[in-house]
Amino acid sequence: MPKDPDMLPESLESLKLRAFDLRIDNLTAITAAASGHPGGTLSAMDIMQALFFGEMRHRPADPHWAERDRFVLSKGHAVPALYTVLAHAGYFSRDLLPTLRRLGSPLQGHPANFLLPGIEASTGSLGQGFSIAIGMALASKLDKTPDGDKFRVYALIGDGESQEGQIWEAAMAAPKYKLDNLVVILDHNKGQIDGFVDEVMSLNPIADKWRAFNWHVVTCDGHDYTSIRAALAEARATKGKPTFILAETTKGKGVSFMEGKVGWHGVAPTQAQLEDAVKELNAAKAAFESTATVGAVGAVGRTN
Amino acid sequence: MGAPVKNEPGSTAVASRDAFGDALVRLGETHPELVVLEADLSESTRSKKFAKKFPNRFFQMGIAEANMLGAAAGLSLAGKVPFCCSFACFVTSRFDQVRMSVCYSATNVRIVGSHAGVGIGEDGYSQMGLEDIALMRSIPTMTVIQPADDLETAGAVEALLTHKGPAFLRTTRQKLERVNKEGYKFELGKGVTLVDGKDLTIVATGGTVGPAVHAAALLAKDGVSARVINIHTIKPLDVPLLAKAARETKRILTVEDHQITGGLGGAVCEALADAEPVRIRRHGVLDVFGESGTPEGLYKHFKLDADGIAEVARDFLK
Repeated sequence: MPKDPDMLPESLESLKLRAFDLRIDNLTAITAAASGHPGGTLSAMDIMQALFFGEMRHRPADPHWAERDRFVLSKGHAVPALYTVLAHAGYFSRDLLPTLRRLGSPLQGHPANFLLPGIEASTGSLGQGFSIAIGMALASKLDKTPDGDKFRVYALIGDGESQEGQIWEAAMAAPKYKLDNLVVILDHNKGQIDGFVDEVMSLNPIADKWRAFNWHVVTCDGHDYTSIRAALAEARATKGKPTFILAETTKGKGVSFMEGKVGWHGVAPTQAQLEDAVKELNAAKAAFESTATVGAVGAVGRTN
Repeated sequence: MGAPVKNEPGSTAVASRDAFGDALVRLGETHPELVVLEADLSESTRSKKFAKKFPNRFFQMGIAEANMLGAAAGLSLAGKVPFCCSFACFVTSRFDQVRMSVCYSATNVRIVGSHAGVGIGEDGYSQMGLEDIALMRSIPTMTVIQPADDLETAGAVEALLTHKGPAFLRTTRQKLERVNKEGYKFELGKGVTLVDGKDLTIVATGGTVGPAVHAAALLAKDGVSARVINIHTIKPLDVPLLAKAARETKRILTVEDHQITGGLGGAVCEALADAEPVRIRRHGVLDVFGESGTPEGLYKHFKLDADGIAEVARDFLK
């Protein structure tokens, strides 16, 4: 368990337990908005929770703290998952989540950094957040002290997004500046709006491409917290070059009728489908609770 | 008179790209937050001087302008003031990155587009910034500045160190004769009346300001009293000054080394249609592509030199 007071300390059990609630809150918000991206939010959810609970140094009560680690959601359409994680981390009230995509809400359909604490960059036009993360990592290096870099930077990109030319401009630039304070994570869910990535425009061999661009490459199971944490630890220990984490994920993870279905990329569930999803997630949560020796989960961490 | 100034030894005229490069070096001393990004044109944009003096704060990003703009946005979001340099045509053509990463992410990125207009000469249309003002001024929060001489360029760069929000600074390859006096104080958003007059107002920007002043002198010989206003800040536009000129002179002639669509002329028309509708003639590159030639030859061809501007003004007054 991390001792740093600027990390939200979490046991694996509490992460796993919260993952059910995050998915429920996320789908509830998307259903209330009647539009959004269930598939790619559920595939990215566990990666984001792992970052904000146990990996990143940040202060939800002081979101502009200059030394905070940065998370840039380059695949901006997954932002309901980020809003949900931020709310659970204490950046703002969970009551705000159902205002997703409503007129006047800071929870825009895609991230707007000047409207909400915890959102580091406005994204949604694919390929751009990664470059912004590079600029932040450069600034962190410029401001480094004898203790090291000022902060670390994490960017989450998508499969379809990896078809953008700018991704490869950025992939070329980060190793030049030896940005070992930068981690790029690919939510490798293998789907995009028009179908399977392999049919639309294959990325393969994706890991080899990043290796050829001089990145340290790690693979993990993007739904297994032990695996995600191991990959992040390896990135932290890697010096002199940036790390690319290939996170194997499943689109729609956690809801049986959504899993692996590219049709769930950009369509909101109906109220009936939401109820089915919530029932399934709650049942899975109850089953997990009955087997896990979690004890006082609520007392761990600083969640609201 | 009034053509782009030839690069003759001993000339006191300075290209605004040179004034920009010198200002970066000077201000870099006292402003550690100032950083510069470049896309393989540091010799041409004049960011090279800064690169030599402050190598740690200079980022050579290669011929990858989209990534450069994003990296500049990230540097700004982490507290730096990045000047992001390339030719105006190349850097503003990454419009989506400017729109999303630079503007919608609420940064203080300064996009510096050199090689404005047909004034670059021989390289031809592909290297000419001719639609850049139109693109940049269409985005909310963006400030658009085009200085007319070295003093104004230095003032603009200094103002942009503390200005909040994204900005586009347009500089020239060709030398510009000085139109402002020593000790000139740059005021962002304020037009400058260089010549008073009552029969019409010539509103010029950047490389056409010097020629416009000479055109006013040519018109004076014909008994025409032309006012000349230098608009260095195209956005936000100095509407009160332009409305006053419209009221007092009844006719406005805009002159720019840029397409007449969406540039200074477009901005003035939009503003005066609301504030003080009068007859306006937009003059510049008339919705055609630029071409190769000498800077002087092209200014003559496009009637952007003093003779050409005076000719257009006479026609407008008929």
